[in-house]
Amino acid sequence: MEGNAIETRGLRRVFKTRNRVVEAVAGVDMTVPKGEIFGFLGPNGAGKTTTLRMLATLLPPSGGTAMVAGCDLLKQPGQVRERIGYVGQAGGSDREIMGRTELVFQGRLYGMSLAAAKKRAADLIAMLELEVCADRKVATYSGGQKRRLDIGLGLVHDPQLLFLDEPTTGLDPQSRARVWDEVRRMHDRGTTVFLTTHYLDEADALCDRIAIIDHGKIVAVGSPEELKREVAGDLVTLSVVGNLPAAFDLLKGQPFVREATTEEGMVRLYVDRGEVAMPAILRLLDSAGLQLVTIGLQRPSLDDVFLRKTGRSLRETAA
Amino acid sequence: MKVLRDTWLVFGRYWGLFIHNPVWVVIGVVQPLLYLLLFAPLLSSIAKTPGFPSGGAYNVFVPGLLVQLGMFGAAGVGFSLIAELRMGVIERLRVTPVSRVSLLLGRALRDILSIVVQSLILIVLALPFGLSINPIGVVVVLALIALIGLLTASIAYAAALWLRSEDSYAPLIFTSSLPILLLSGVLLPLGLAPQWLRSIAALNPLSYAVDAARAVFLGHLGNPSVVKGVALMAVLSILAVILGARAFGRAVA
Repeated sequence: MEGNAIETRGLRRVFKTRNRVVEAVAGVDMTVPKGEIFGFLGPNGAGKTTTLRMLATLLPPSGGTAMVAGCDLLKQPGQVRERIGYVGQAGGSDREIMGRTELVFQGRLYGMSLAAAKKRAADLIAMLELEVCADRKVATYSGGQKRRLDIGLGLVHDPQLLFLDEPTTGLDPQSRARVWDEVRRMHDRGTTVFLTTHYLDEADALCDRIAIIDHGKIVAVGSPEELKREVAGDLVTLSVVGNLPAAFDLLKGQPFVREATTEEGMVRLYVDRGEVAMPAILRLLDSAGLQLVTIGLQRPSLDDVFLRKTGRSLRETAA
Repeated sequence: MKVLRDTWLVFGRYWGLFIHNPVWVVIGVVQPLLYLLLFAPLLSSIAKTPGFPSGGAYNVFVPGLLVQLGMFGAAGVGFSLIAELRMGVIERLRVTPVSRVSLLLGRALRDILSIVVQSLILIVLALPFGLSINPIGVVVVLALIALIGLLTASIAYAAALWLRSEDSYAPLIFTSSLPILLLSGVLLPLGLAPQWLRSIAALNPLSYAVDAARAVFLGHLGNPSVVKGVALMAVLSILAVILGARAFGRAVA
């Protein structure tokens, strides 16, 4: 219990529409330790946002329990609100108000004095490099500036846990990289970050651990490296001068090789860690007097993981 | 008190938005002026009709106008809320520890203040036309109009939070406020109406507010209809505030 930012057991949410009942979140169990960047990866409609909104006190769960930032989500929503920050998909700033005014107001809502709220707003404006636009209406902001302001609004009270719902959707590559930098800086300061994304590269590059969610259920949890390794392992393909069967026989018995095949004049080896296996393979072939022609390393992507766990490719479903 | 502090903060935000938009300020002042200049002149001839209450055309007409101002001034406030829902503003505010009642009251106070200021302007502008009223009467009438504004704004915000789209909010507001207004005797006194119309109007809470306002302007401050109208509006306002605050608490933006 201690040391976990989020713990859920059987968290569910059912939506009733006119003629049917939809289970948007179908029993989610997860544990997010403090200080982690935890990503919720899944296609649109998988239940990511619904889960996030329940954890952020915006939507009452239909069932299950959750501890968020050390407080019971169902019994102490007020305390949860004091400790978390939340940045929704729509953002949250008003187009007609100046960025600085929004930050000061947000600070006041968390109980700061006017002076303290002004100081905090100035600090955040400097940190998020919003000086050029802070005293203009939000309507004039670029997409990246607006997203940084919205993140600033979520950070005003220095929460121990920050929820980001699809923080880089719709941003250009440069602004995306800026948002990633900000998330890493929060991580360095010890903030736990819980984000949703349907971008594979974002989950891979940014998150310490990810949960893959599909049809309201978590189908896999782990670090991106673990997940990829668990699913397939790295693939080493090589070809040699002359005696391919000899090379195959030599390598398939090695302890680090999970699976070996030959195909179209190439040896294909599935190994746990390609970067460790490759030097060993080179040495073995060398000492056996076999001369390499080509060698290549292919690492599985999170999409391979997604495909294996759900039977579909995320690239296809996201499109 | 957290609720008071939060209400003050929320009020400050929305008052600032209102004041920084000169269009709204101008409309707020011009609207009552238009009624006085373009509608009131019709009254001087009607005032001689049998059944029209005594006390002068303006003392009969202005109270109705004020009630109308209180109601129509607040009925449209949901539009800005729907825009905020779309921008994620309401969701962002609901994640903070801010009091849910304050989210409603702060906004409604802004609406009430603008209505009260408009009402004062209307009263002052009507004086040269022959409107007569004493200072205590002005205070009572403004309190009554403020309650009507609070009642209407709270219902309007609750409706906006439930409907979440201008396309369903606009028809609801306009189709419901027109009969309520017509059946309250706002434009012309219900004393002119046939009995069946008067019976329907008796079910309309707003008609009691109009009666109260007219009694005040005719100098009958001690009239039971004044107490009745103010008390009815106060009770309904409290119910509407509870309704509106609940809508802010559970709004799924």
